[in-house]
Amino acid sequence: MNALGLLRDVKELKRLKSELKKEKREKFVSVCGDTGCSVWDSKKVDEVFRRVLEEKGLSEEIPVKSTGCLGFCECGPVVIVFPEEIFYQKVNEEDVEEIVEETVVKGKVVERLLYHDPREDKKIVKASDIPFYKKQVRNLLGDNWLIDPGSIVDYFSREGYAAAAKAFTEMSPEEVINEIKEARLRGRGGAGFPTGVKWEECFTKNVENKYIICNADEGDPGAFMDRSILEGNPHSVLEGMMIGGYATGSNHGIVYIREEYPTALEKVKNAILKARETGMLGENILNSGFDFDITVSVGAGAFVCGETSALVNSIEGKVGEPRQKPPHLAEKGLYGKPTVVNNVETLANVPRIIRWGAEEFARAGSKNSGGTKIFSLVGKIRNTGLVEVPLGLPLREIIYEIGGGIKGGGHLKAVQTGGPSGGCLPGYMLDIPTDFEELDAAGSMMGSGGMIVMDYGTCMVEFSRYFLSFLSGESCGKCFSCREGIYRMLEIVEEVAAGTATLSHLDLLEELGEMVKNTTMCGLGKTSANPVLSTLKFFKGEYLAHIMENRCPAGVCRALVTVFINQELCSGCGVCRKKCPEEAITGEKKEPHYIEKALCSKCGICIESCPEEAITRA
Amino acid sequence: MKTFCHCNNHYGLENSSIILFMQNIQRNCGYLPEDELKRLADNTGTPLMDIYSIATFYKSFKLEPQGEHTITVCTGTACHLRGSGEVFEEMAAVLGVGSGGGTSEDGKYTLEKVNCLGACALAPLIVIDGHYHGNVTPGKAREMIEEHYKEEEKKESKKVNMIG
Amino acid sequence: MVILFGFTLNGFEVLAWENMSILEVAGFYGIEIPTLCFMEGLSPYGGCRLCLVEVGPVGKSRLVTSCTYPAREGIEVRTHSQKVLQQRRMLLELYVAACPSSKWLQDLASKHHVTEVRFKPKGEECILCGRCVRMCREQMMGEAIGYVDRGTQRRITTPFDKKSEDCRLCGGCMYVCPVCQLRCQGPKEKSTLCSSCLNLYPPCAEKFEEVMCYMDPCAACELEKG
Repeated sequence: MNALGLLRDVKELKRLKSELKKEKREKFVSVCGDTGCSVWDSKKVDEVFRRVLEEKGLSEEIPVKSTGCLGFCECGPVVIVFPEEIFYQKVNEEDVEEIVEETVVKGKVVERLLYHDPREDKKIVKASDIPFYKKQVRNLLGDNWLIDPGSIVDYFSREGYAAAAKAFTEMSPEEVINEIKEARLRGRGGAGFPTGVKWEECFTKNVENKYIICNADEGDPGAFMDRSILEGNPHSVLEGMMIGGYATGSNHGIVYIREEYPTALEKVKNAILKARETGMLGENILNSGFDFDITVSVGAGAFVCGETSALVNSIEGKVGEPRQKPPHLAEKGLYGKPTVVNNVETLANVPRIIRWGAEEFARAGSKNSGGTKIFSLVGKIRNTGLVEVPLGLPLREIIYEIGGGIKGGGHLKAVQTGGPSGGCLPGYMLDIPTDFEELDAAGSMMGSGGMIVMDYGTCMVEFSRYFLSFLSGESCGKCFSCREGIYRMLEIVEEVAAGTATLSHLDLLEELGEMVKNTTMCGLGKTSANPVLSTLKFFKGEYLAHIMENRCPAGVCRALVTVFINQELCSGCGVCRKKCPEEAITGEKKEPHYIEKALCSKCGICIESCPEEAITRA
Repeated sequence: MKTFCHCNNHYGLENSSIILFMQNIQRNCGYLPEDELKRLADNTGTPLMDIYSIATFYKSFKLEPQGEHTITVCTGTACHLRGSGEVFEEMAAVLGVGSGGGTSEDGKYTLEKVNCLGACALAPLIVIDGHYHGNVTPGKAREMIEEHYKEEEKKESKKVNMIG
Repeated sequence: MVILFGFTLNGFEVLAWENMSILEVAGFYGIEIPTLCFMEGLSPYGGCRLCLVEVGPVGKSRLVTSCTYPAREGIEVRTHSQKVLQQRRMLLELYVAACPSSKWLQDLASKHHVTEVRFKPKGEECILCGRCVRMCREQMMGEAIGYVDRGTQRRITTPFDKKSEDCRLCGGCMYVCPVCQLRCQGPKEKSTLCSSCLNLYPPCAEKFEEVMCYMDPCAACELEKG
């Protein structure tokens, strides 16, 4: 089936789906085309697959799908062969011929490309048997394996737009809102506000020209869930927006996407065009009487525009300064009209709720939040990637059962959730369930789902310095308490890192943190002290070591650290001497070398280049 | 019910925003020249002050001409933990620009930071002219620039040979 | 028809009508709330955070800027609770540290019993209250100055940091500035906000039909002339 015509009503949609079912290809190859894997030239792998299958005359029978993120980024480029679901990792162009010959044609497995489970010490064939995937409940990301994001046909064949059809033709807006409420769907962007309630507030406003906005300004460093949904399954977000538009009475949806995601932007634009072609966007969709269309607004590089009122200001062409509330956006939002802003992941969950029903959806989840949540598991973790689990699963399970534990065999020191608005939790708190309230109570927050794992090579003082430095540039700067508060907190933490702080500085830091939390207007300011306050609470010892002993236990803070060469291990090869950009290393050939402290900039180039691993920081 | 398809250009973009016009100017000129912004102010009736505020508020806008090649270092948390700070410093040293980034004296390279490109599994990540490179260390970064320079020199000398 | 409604202010039942801010109502009842960025005749901004008051029942309250927060039926407001006073003092401490040479800030701080400043003095001359920007825009119908950059780098200046063609040298911005109010920039000052201390015959007199100007003749300039 090539070009699709306009679908004029539900009957035509149903007919299309049954036709697609008949034509369904059981055999196909999914090659991860996400930005992540593309760094390892997954695009070339994709090209070679297509070429080889073409040469063998198999390209009609066995399509190649250039998919979105398949989740297990550690193993990229990832290729999954269906219907057997054979998972191949770190695939190169040179491996493609063999995979086609052996697996696609003969149905045999290429052993050397299989995933090796270090715990059971065996190779695993099927993707869903791999421990990383086994414990996940991949309601949202599961489809990424099976569909080509550029193809609306693929989306239709996966029950695409069935939920929108049901909502527009069989349900009233109130019924839709109720379903979302019963599903206990809460905002996945960070605040966790109940989506059904948000939609209801906008629905009750009897005003023309309301708006529903998809917040795709995923600014949290370390988070890429939204990017992966937009690149892997953009139609799911569009469908969610349409249903939201129906429920709130808005005919105009806007996707606000950050400028740093060019691929996601292309995929979304393409999806919108395809949806319009098939009549899923536009006037009188499926003859339901409901009009809806979506446009795209691109960000210009501001983390604060993830805050909903700043986002609205940005769409209006102003600087991204958050607005005072009241009035709330549901009352006076974009261009002064009632507006609803939802996160990408929140919207992607909506079609499922309508298709399965609230009860089924909420089955995976906790008492006060239904459904699954996607976390981006990064940092010093063995299995880096995107993890989708039911809300309420303890952190420990995510990090050890799914994440495979600490990379390099070290020990977990802390896990940070919630990005720059979140906090760091120590190892002994890993039994906390991933639940909005529980994480808040512990001193962190769910945030958008970034989960950063740290081992003992991370300095918590440096970590809070990093976040404060980030926020000092990203704050809009309007509120004195946020601007000045962050400046002064950063000043103090920098002194701690430099070894020039005193004990009274720590009390001052806490006071400042409380002040910023209480007196600032928007979420960015209010949560800006979280990283520093949580590290102070749980890792005070480290701060004290910096202050009282002039020592950085993790060996990170430059002012308190020396790089030195272990004289016993040094073979005198001279590699470090040649590579040192400061020419700070001296030594004769075959004699132990020596670093001149005064010249050393502690850049670490010598450490990485030493073949004997004789150079360390302490 | 009204349609508003008329308000979309064929990219499907909101076109009521001055930010969109500025993004277009930057796409065409590589940066935001002062006189272009003045023209924009006159044409749209927007105060020049507002345009300048927007140009300096949003970090994707550049008010200076950029180098031939752009090197962007991701400073997201995952990249930072794996040493992107050191990578940036090393590149700044090689290119002779300050600790905040900038353009090299010969105008060939602009070095800049960006807050998280969302490819955290490949930390530290750098982007050179739109091509992503992962797992970069300070040593590798230095080599990359040196190689790039050599490649460029080769291209230049080829050009000269063809002309001369 | 004017609609009156009631709410609680510092334990007392007070009345207000629509579109009044808490600051206005408090002022009406004689309660003084310190402000910096607020000025009669200019739109409220809410940036200085000094006018914060507590809204909501004890234990479930939050601090909001009284200059921008609308008075509403039934709310509970406390302008001088411990929480509010504590935060005001910390804010003033930070203000004085940011801008130690300002008499206004020093006075406000000492009125609140701020006796020590535990931060390194910055010696800045601007606290970004924005009065000058709003004065220029709203009262002087000018578009000469505004905010640039963001976060800790935010500052107020003219487009491209160059002399603005829009600027009529009226001096309104200097007149309303709570920090530089008693210090003259002088005719030799290289600052782009104001390049002259006006004398009796304003430089813009020939350019504009009406001169909306607030500058008194400056003694220093007059003396310099000899």
